[in-house]
Formats: sequence, C-alpha cells, structure tokens
Amino acid sequence: MLFLIIKRILLGFITLFIVSIITFVGTEVLPGDACTTYLERQAFGEQLEACYRRLGLNVPAYERYVSWAFNAIQGDFGYSLSGEMPIKEVLGPRIKNSLVLASAAIFIGIPIALILGIITALWRDKLPDVAISTVTIFAMTIPEFISATLLILIIAIWLEWLPGIVIVPTDVSFLELLPNIILPVVAIAMIMTAHMARMVRSSVIQVMASEYVQMAILKGVPYWKMVFKHVLPNALLPAINVVALTIAWLLGGVVVTEVVFNYPGLGRLVIESISNRDLPTVQALAIILASIYVSINLLADLLTLMLNPRLKTLQIRK
Amino acid sequence: MTDIIQKVKNLSIGFRSKKGEEILILKNINTNIKKGETVGIVGESGSGKSTLALAMMGYVKHGLYTIGGECQFNSSNLLKMKSKDLEKIRGRKIAMIPQNAGQALTPNLKIGYQIDEALQLHSDFDEKEREKKISELLNKVRLPSPETIALRYPHELSGGQQQRVAVAMALAGTPDLLLLDEPTTGLDVTTQAHVLELLNFIAKDTGTSMVYVSHDLGAIAQVSDRIIVMYSGEIVLEGPSRDILKSPIHPYTHGLLKSIPKLSLAGLPESMPGSQPQPGTIQSGCSFFDRCNFSDENCKNNSPKLEFLKDLNTSVRCFNYEKLVNASQASQTFNKIKNKSLDKEILNLSEVSISYAKQKLLDQIFNRISDDNPTVKDININIKKGETIALVGESGSGKSTILKSIAGLLRTKDGLIRFDENRNLSSDLKERDPNDLRIIQLIFQNPDESLNPNHTVEEIIAQPLKLYFGLKGEELKKNIIDLLQKVRLGEFYTSRYPRQLSGGEKQRVAVARAFAAKPDIILCDEVTSALDVSVQAAVLNLLQQLKEDFGTTYIFVSHDLAVVRAISDRVAVLYQGRLCEVGPSNDVYKFPSHPYTEVLLGAVLEPDPDIKPKLVAEDIVEERPPEKGCSFQGRCSRILGDICKKEIPPWQLTDSGNAIRCHIPIKELQKEQF
Repeated sequence: MLFLIIKRILLGFITLFIVSIITFVGTEVLPGDACTTYLERQAFGEQLEACYRRLGLNVPAYERYVSWAFNAIQGDFGYSLSGEMPIKEVLGPRIKNSLVLASAAIFIGIPIALILGIITALWRDKLPDVAISTVTIFAMTIPEFISATLLILIIAIWLEWLPGIVIVPTDVSFLELLPNIILPVVAIAMIMTAHMARMVRSSVIQVMASEYVQMAILKGVPYWKMVFKHVLPNALLPAINVVALTIAWLLGGVVVTEVVFNYPGLGRLVIESISNRDLPTVQALAIILASIYVSINLLADLLTLMLNPRLKTLQIRK
Repeated sequence: MTDIIQKVKNLSIGFRSKKGEEILILKNINTNIKKGETVGIVGESGSGKSTLALAMMGYVKHGLYTIGGECQFNSSNLLKMKSKDLEKIRGRKIAMIPQNAGQALTPNLKIGYQIDEALQLHSDFDEKEREKKISELLNKVRLPSPETIALRYPHELSGGQQQRVAVAMALAGTPDLLLLDEPTTGLDVTTQAHVLELLNFIAKDTGTSMVYVSHDLGAIAQVSDRIIVMYSGEIVLEGPSRDILKSPIHPYTHGLLKSIPKLSLAGLPESMPGSQPQPGTIQSGCSFFDRCNFSDENCKNNSPKLEFLKDLNTSVRCFNYEKLVNASQASQTFNKIKNKSLDKEILNLSEVSISYAKQKLLDQIFNRISDDNPTVKDININIKKGETIALVGESGSGKSTILKSIAGLLRTKDGLIRFDENRNLSSDLKERDPNDLRIIQLIFQNPDESLNPNHTVEEIIAQPLKLYFGLKGEELKKNIIDLLQKVRLGEFYTSRYPRQLSGGEKQRVAVARAFAAKPDIILCDEVTSALDVSVQAAVLNLLQQLKEDFGTTYIFVSHDLAVVRAISDRVAVLYQGRLCEVGPSNDVYKFPSHPYTEVLLGAVLEPDPDIKPKLVAEDIVEERPPEKGCSFQGRCSRILGDICKKEIPPWQLTDSGNAIRCHIPIKELQKEQF
C-alpha cells in the first residue's frame, strides 16, 4: 500500500516535469520572446541586448530551464512582464479568489448533487425522478454563459437583489464579498450539480439492480438501512473520481463565468496573460494548473483505494 | 393441514410486452410445501423456476408483476403484504440461499457484519451472544477458523467458501423454510458435492423445509424428497423424487433424463429435438407438443390439465402419460461413438509450460518469460488424427490455459507445439501464418460472448470463408447455406442476429463458423456448459456427427466428467497445471486411477437417488502449485509422506496403456478406497 502511494506520487512528479518541459519548449519555439513583445518597435540593438541581460535571456535555453525550474520548485516564478512585479504576487490573490469561488460551489453543489442523484435513483421513473431529471438535463444543456447572463438579467437587473458583477475588491472581508459571488457560484454550481446528479443516479440504479441488493431485501433488511449500508457505499465509489475532476476543473478557473461576472480568478489570468504574451506567467500558470490536476486526481485515487476493500487486498497481494 | 408451510395457489406472474400483451412467466401454479420436506424444482432456463422461488418470499422482480393467485405463508398472502411485514418474514421465517454467492454478498461489508446484520434483525441476542453465534454459524457450515473469516471481505474467499457464508447467513434467522436458487451451480464438482452434503446435513439437523431450485437433476436427486418439474412456466410433473427419477411419466422428464450423459455408460445420450418455447409464443395446445415423441392431434389443440394420479401419488400434465407408465427407464443404451482415429500424429505438445507471472522489466524488454513455478508445467501430450481428447480438472487446473496456448492466444514459457509431425507452431499468434491459423479453430464456452451481436449469422460464417478461401458472391452464399445445413439450421437463419437465436442455436452457429475454416483440429472450451441439458445432448451429437464426416480432431475441455465420458476417446486429467493421468477414457474411468481422478469421479452427481457422491478429499482451493514434489500433495488423502512432498512422481503405465503419475505403486492404486 505504502509502496503504491510512493509510486503514484513519483509518477505525479514525472507528469509535472514533462508538463514543465512542454510549456518551456512551447514558449521557446513561439516566434518572438518576452523582450520583443515588451519593447515592441524598439526591439533591436542595444535596448534589446539590455533587456535580454536584465531578464537573463542571453544564456542558453537549457540553462534558463534549469534555473527557472529550480526557482519554481521554491515557489519563485520570476517576474511578470506586464506589471513588472513578481509572478508570485500576481498569482497569490488570483488563486485565493478562485479558491473562494470553487469551494463555495463545491460546498453547495456536491451535497445537492448527491441528494438529487440518490432521490432520482430511488424513485426511479416516479414523479420525483421525472421532475428532477427534467430540470437537471435542462441545466446540463444550457451553456454557462447563457445561464450566467440570464441570472444577471433576472436577479440583478430586474429584481435588483444582488450585484450583477463583482464590484468590490476581492480583499474585503468574506461577508462583504459574499453578495458579490452568489450569482457566479450559482451559475457554476448549476451545471456542475446537474452533471454529477446524473452520474450518481445511474450509479445508484446500477447497484440497486445488483444481486447483493436483492439478497439484502430477501434477508429482511429494512429499506433505508439497505440504502445506507448496502447501496450507497458501493454506488458512490465511482463518483469520487468524477467529483475530483470537477474540483480540479473549478480550481483551474472557470473562464467563461469569471469573464461574465468580471471576477478576478485564475481563469481570467490565463486569458489575460496569453493575450499579453506574458510568457513567464503563462509558464507559471501551466505548472500550477497541472499540479492541481495531478494532486487532486492522486487524492481521489488514494481515497478510492482506501474505501474499496476489493482494490485494497488486490494491491497487497500483488 | 397444519403441516403445510407454504401454499401456492393459482399463481400467475408475467410482464407486459411492448405491444401491451400480457405474457405469462408462471401459469397457474398450485403446490404445497410441507414441514420438514425438501422439494426440488427442476427446469431449464426460462421455465420460471426462479420466479416461483422468489414469489415464495413475496418478491417479484422489477418488470414482472403478479397477475393472479397467492403465495400463502401462515395463511397470509405474501404477494399482497406490506413491506414492513415482509421484512419480518424474510430472513426470519423464509430465507434465501442465492445462486451466486460471490455476487450476492455486499462487496464493501465484512462477512461477520453481514451475518450479524441478519442476527440483529431476526434475533434478540445482545452483542456478545451475537458474536458467539456468528462463530457458531460459520462453524456449522464448516468454514475453517470462523474468527478470521468473519473479518474478511467477500472477495477474499473462494467460491465454495462464499457459498457457505451465504448458507450461514440464511441460517442466522433460524428460518422454517429455506429457498435455494441454484446454490451449487458455478462451483467446482468437488465443492458442489461438499456443499450439497452440508445442505443435506442441515436439513436433517434443523428440520427446516427446503425448496431447491436447479437445472441439474444430479443435484436435485441428492437432496429432494419430492420433485416438481417445470416447463415453459407450468408444472408438468410433480411427485416423489425416486419415482420421478426412476420412472418419469411425463415425456419431457423422460427425455430430459435420457439426454443426461452418465458416468457409468460410454457413448452419447439421446437428444431431444428443439428447445423450450419463448414465453408468450404458445397459443393453444400442450407447450411440449413440438418436442414430444408421444404426441397426437389432441395435444396440438388442447392443453392438458395437471392431473393427480392417486395410486402413483404423482401429478402429471399429459394426455398420454399412460404410454410412459410402464416404459422402463433402465434399458437405456447410448449410441457408442466410433472414431476412426489413425496412427498418424497430428499435434504434439512436448514439455510445454506456461506462466501467468508478471514479468520483471528486464525480462519484458528482452521478451522472455522467467518463472520457477509456472502455472502450467511439463505438459507432454501426443494427439492422433481423428481422436477426441479431453482435458479435465477443476477451475484453476490449467485446462483452458493449455487450449489458449495451442490456439496461439497465450505465449508458452517453454516447450514445443508441433503440428503434423514436423511443423512447429509458434505460440505467438503474430508469428503464425494464415494456414497455421486456419488449421486450428476454437469454439468458446459462451456463444453470447463469442458471436458479434452486430453481425448476422451470414456475416459470422462468411468471415472465415472469405478470410481463408477468398470466396465471393454465389459460391460464398452456397457454402454458408451448406454449413448451416450441416449444423441443422435452415437457410432462413442467414439474416438473423445472434440475439434472435436460442442458446443452442447460437452454439450451432459457433460450430458452423469453426468448421467453415475446414480445420484439422477444433478446440472446444466448455462448449456445452452454458447450455441446457436437453440442448447439450443435441450439440454433443452434432459435434460427433460432424467429426465423423470431416475427420476432425477435437481437443475438448470440460469440468463435467460425464460429458467427457460421453464424447472422448482419451482423457487427460490435470491438477494445478500438471498432468495427473492420461489414458483411454474407458480406463481412466475405472480403477486403478490417480488419487485426484478418484476425487473427481467420486464427486460427480448422478440423477439417481441411489448413487451418492463419495467425498474423498477436502475441497480446499490452492492458490498456486507446490514448489516441489507432486502437484496434488496438498489435498491427497493417500499421501505417502516425504517422497510426495519432495519428488515429482514418476509416470506408471497400466496394462491397458493408461499412464498415471503417482508415487503409489499401480497395484496399490488398484484397491478401491471405499
């Protein structure tokens, strides 16, 4: 078991290493570099040389990769070009913002998704299922920019209950921030919840049809005890990986929603730095997003392994 | 009438088809289960036997519904009961032992908890007493070290152990009635015999009534006092077990018993034509009419009623049962098979060993296999042209593994596979040329999985014809129809899809596909074990007929020793991937034999209440073959001592040419143990 965990963590690092090389090479081969972008028309002669020296672009690429990677491991991603401030400082608040949005969506969305999924499965083809399933399929199919815009139109413009876009700086206290982020959270949670609820529904239905559930019924186990003891633990195992992917997706920034609500999260930073040709920031973002995906998937796999007795023994035997 | 525990009254269960028609799965069933008796319900798949058993617990599967009738337990109808009241009866008064315990135990809960759950629900014991009771129950079903078993998860037990846990769980509520739904199907022969013996013991010990549902007359014969025979949703025959097995007076039961291969008789049993009708297809007349040898005009138009014959104490649903009353079952003769096996060798395995061990990186890179204790080892078999050789053994004996290697699906570690005396066949499929592939064809166990569901029968059979012979157009069509006729399927089958065929028909298509390649050798992997008994005999007969016509050689893998006895010329007995005994089937089935062969033969269940299985060795499951010595040392009841544990036993030849690999001298083996 321990061996397996170590192996998985090592594999995660290898993935990150490959991602870092790909992004580094990718930004190298693009025509132009940070200095030509920064200096624009003055990008020649003495000025360009000076810029190269200042940014350390005058040494061979592999040397730059090594020093960049070495610093990146320590959390130093160098300087952003546009603002000329450390990337660390640019990223910090953005990560925090994305985290706030994501965790709000997760805490609301996942429990609702589980409950809806279980209800629809247990009352399969009955009224609760038909009603909830219609709504979830509807929520799944509407693109988020439409649902977000509709939310702004109805709640913010017509009813004037909540602000339509995020107007306060994000470093205010949570209570002050809260009314601003309700709408983006709802917009994200809607689509995420719908997807997950459908997944949970089919998983629970599958388990309900299994022979061991039939056996539990024939053993005289009362309905709800059967649901909680025999059905849910087995039905929710496959959901862990889906939840993990959703969380990673949320943390990586939900670009569209952030743009619609003018929310300064990671997703918008990605778009901004790409259009500004802020290559050091793009590199840093690629590595950070990759780390988020790798670590959350790793956590999900380990959790599945711990909760599924079948996998646990199989691994030990090997 | 107080001794009746369950009363089934006019019970009909069915479903509604897409067209809105009501289709009956059970038609007007009436029967009583008495206190302390064991009733066997026998029938083929689709006869409604499991639906009946589940209805006796007040359970109707999703999609089915009760059309009429009652299942009375203590004079209340279970089918109309509220689920709260049912929860108090299920597990406490009536308990179920499921077909497949591996699937029926909840995977995330420990064995101990699952039994404890039943105790909590159905007894008043406190925690301490329950803990003691769990150990007691596990002990009663003869599981070793109950304390450790209780802490395990279901997947950590073997199939036989899981089945025992299911029995323990059912006994936890001390039920008055036990329903057993094919409780031994899917277990190895030896395990099956042990579980049946346990069930018999429990029935006597606790006085519990049992309803034993099975397709296997052999198992039914061992346990039941009374037998109910079902066909197409109806009871066709019901009476005392002995009478039904010795002199069945319904044509279906008569034919069914005749179609079962027997251990004591060589040769192929008679087969019954056709197969059971699909639910809803019979409009009028007797549902067995199409397949019956005793039918007349009356049977075609009128459905017979279940008639109780007082002097025979038997109920029968047949107009012409009198024709069968005095027809003796004993004078059974089998069509002896005649094989023209030539002296020419067609396939030779020498020193073949196969490993499933995960290979180290270095070995993977150099594409070699290293394993000191491979799954299959030292296989030397010489197969002659035109003979049928059978590989038998329990699951894990390596019989299918060897077959896969011959087919080229699995690489061998060592050894040679030689075709036609001089051509070496690579065990790697990629290195075989098209002709190498053509000469060896495989027929799989389960035609549902081996036939592509998106291809019509025509496309399925056309594939080898196009691939190996490049046939096209008219000629292709003609060949396909020819092949279909050879397997006794008409031309109109060409446009059908596998899902539109019955199990037997599907297997015939698989046989036709194998013969399409005009192979020299056909590998048959448990080809009849997914089929119903009455269909099994027909497929065996077909295989034999084709073999006589084409002079093909069969390598036949089966766990069913009676089937092997019926069709094979020679038998090779395998244990843990090592050969134990090889010889002409007549001799292998007689003494002297290898101790393992003795175990296998002893465990076979015959559909005869007078022949009881002999349980020679424990049904332990060994995970891997022993490192040294005889492969069977772990379970052998005749073990000599150190020599068996250290030295690989020598091959000994009997007078008739039967080779036995054992340290015990032939003369000693001659003495029957029991």
